Amino acid sequence: MKALILVGGYGTRLRPLTLSVPKPLVEFCNKPILLHQVEALVKAGVDHVILAVSYMSDLLEKEMKAQEQILGIKISLSHEKEPLGTGKSNAGLVFLSKLGIKISLSHEKEPLGTAGPLALARELLTDNSDPFFVLNSDVICDFPFEDMVKFHQHHGKQGTIVVTKVEEPSKYGVVVYEGESGRIHRFVEKPQVFVSNKINAGMYIFSPSVLHRIQLRPTSIEKEIFPVMAQEGHLYAMELQGFWMDIGQPKDFLTGMCMYLQSERQRSPERLRTGPGFLGNVLVDPTARIGQNCTLGPNVTIGAGVVLEDGVRIKRCTVLKGARVRSHSWLESCIIGWSCSVGQWVRMENVTVLGEDVIVNDELYLNGANVLPHKSIAESVPEPRIIM
Amino acid sequence: MKEILLVGFYQPNEALSRFLSCAQQEFKIPIRYLQEYSALSTAGGIYHFRDQILSGGPEAFFIMNADVCSEFPLLEMLEFQKEHGNTHVILGTTANRKQSMNYGCIVENQDTNEKNQQDLLLEEQMNGWQRAEVIRLEQDIFTALAGRGKLYVYKTDQFWSQIKSAGSAIYASRLYLNHYRKTHPERLANNEEGRPTIRGNVYIHPTANIDPTAVLGPNVSIGTGVTIGAGVRVRESIILHGATLQDHSCVLNSIVGWDSTIGKWARVEGTPSDPNPNDPYAKIDSETLFREGKLTPSITILGCNVNIPSEVIILNAIVLPHKDLNRGFKNQIIL
Repeated sequence: MKALILVGGYGTRLRPLTLSVPKPLVEFCNKPILLHQVEALVKAGVDHVILAVSYMSDLLEKEMKAQEQILGIKISLSHEKEPLGTGKSNAGLVFLSKLGIKISLSHEKEPLGTAGPLALARELLTDNSDPFFVLNSDVICDFPFEDMVKFHQHHGKQGTIVVTKVEEPSKYGVVVYEGESGRIHRFVEKPQVFVSNKINAGMYIFSPSVLHRIQLRPTSIEKEIFPVMAQEGHLYAMELQGFWMDIGQPKDFLTGMCMYLQSERQRSPERLRTGPGFLGNVLVDPTARIGQNCTLGPNVTIGAGVVLEDGVRIKRCTVLKGARVRSHSWLESCIIGWSCSVGQWVRMENVTVLGEDVIVNDELYLNGANVLPHKSIAESVPEPRIIM
Repeated sequence: MKEILLVGFYQPNEALSRFLSCAQQEFKIPIRYLQEYSALSTAGGIYHFRDQILSGGPEAFFIMNADVCSEFPLLEMLEFQKEHGNTHVILGTTANRKQSMNYGCIVENQDTNEKNQQDLLLEEQMNGWQRAEVIRLEQDIFTALAGRGKLYVYKTDQFWSQIKSAGSAIYASRLYLNHYRKTHPERLANNEEGRPTIRGNVYIHPTANIDPTAVLGPNVSIGTGVTIGAGVRVRESIILHGATLQDHSCVLNSIVGWDSTIGKWARVEGTPSDPNPNDPYAKIDSETLFREGKLTPSITILGCNVNIPSEVIILNAIVLPHKDLNRGFKNQIIL
């Protein structure tokens, strides 16, 4: 089986992290976002993953090569002989994963929305009659790919989308469907009266015949393709069990981390650190070094090679690879970028995000600061703002 | 000096009497508080208590405003007074042009611009003073004296500052600690093995209990019986007696009141309002508490017996005594 991941653009919402690393390769809970999806796809029997990229495909290629080890992907530099699409495509590199699968990049010359990339990869997706997966790239959950295959085969129509329950449906587009069969009636954008509390979770499985509906031009799958499919009785909804989060922006990235770690607590609690100084769910890379009298958690992820000096307090944060937090600092709801250095007695909170290699001087207070890579911060930021 | 009289309209209380008795013991000099029956302005009290002031027939006496800090060049003033025929002497300090607008100024004979500073040396003559009850020293008395050519100004280049608000106390504390560095370096803490790290000028009362991993200074004053835990950072602050700073807490530009407690990893921080350090004649501005409907960012002040919980931030806030906070506060007065 094949899967197409809609990587799309620059990942501007996850700036400043995506100024250094393409979004699929940003580590979420110590693993690149892409790898969370790829590993789950492989488990469900996928052997070829196509990444639909509209920008920065060169950088993504380069970074994937650089991160070969981390991704666990063996990269072969042979270009594909057959172009992916109709000449608008730039046949990508082929990555041979040690997971035994192939990863291709499908490069859009112009952004093609959420449906266009399917047309671009038409030949790859239709070379057999197997259904294929389509995923938004910044979704994190307990991926239900095997269940999706079963559900899809059971109803036998063209498409299945995964839906998830939300508390406030009036903020989203909701999906109205038959409870028993899952057959979708319609989509309602920001409903003012209650019609449903299920929203599109950004994960689909389609039969190849769906490609008759999609042309090679910028197209929204949600707005232009799905309503027609629903009308014709070809679209079904499968409800997701467990957590779900779109981690495309820092605030949600942190919320998603909390959910993921809680789910990890149930799935494989041995991966989480416990003992004195660790509260709740804390994930620590084995190569990280933690000083005396630190208290971490709940909901903390510490990346590879990170150094936490003595007396550091961290809760609800992700600290990425190679960063250092000096003694007695206090961090809550922050993302600390790669190789950052945070001084002593620093206080950071309220979704402060440090880009790569940022230096924060001693004794500063950062409240909701968004700091671009390679900056050196010498003054407190008492109110949320972007530091360029 | 034979005797010190404190004159004011302030209702004496236990704290004041305790201070008086302690000071008398320490300095071995009689100190008395004379309470005015109503607010008599800057000279009314002097007139009202003239008999006490003049009893014992002093050859001269000093008048000081209580809210002024200085090196107090009293000996020099006395000498200056003798040189000028035992007349009246006022201590003057130079203000910059802009800030001089905020003060009463002295025009010296040489036409220099001097700020009015109330540290006055009078000889024993009070005859001719008006019999009104409220008498303003500056307007009613000095103007007249100067008009008769009987008032001289002694200019000092040494430090001088008003302490009109709690916010200026940290600045005043810095001036005194700098002064100690020159005159009494033994009063200041040094870096020693097994003792906390000291940066710049720091005063620590011998009864304070401070973890050796704490880092203090510059401009820090630690009172009696204060407890400071491991990994605590204090800079530009005054910690009053009996206060406790728990492990990893951080106190910057703040005054921590008597017997207050600051929890682990809490951050208590204010905004300094120091005069421009590059202008030798700049004085501290008496900021208004509010500006454009908002509390002017200033140093953080915790009243006595305030309890700050762990891990919160108190920023630019004034917390009244006996408050048990349950969260952080910014730019607020906590009543």
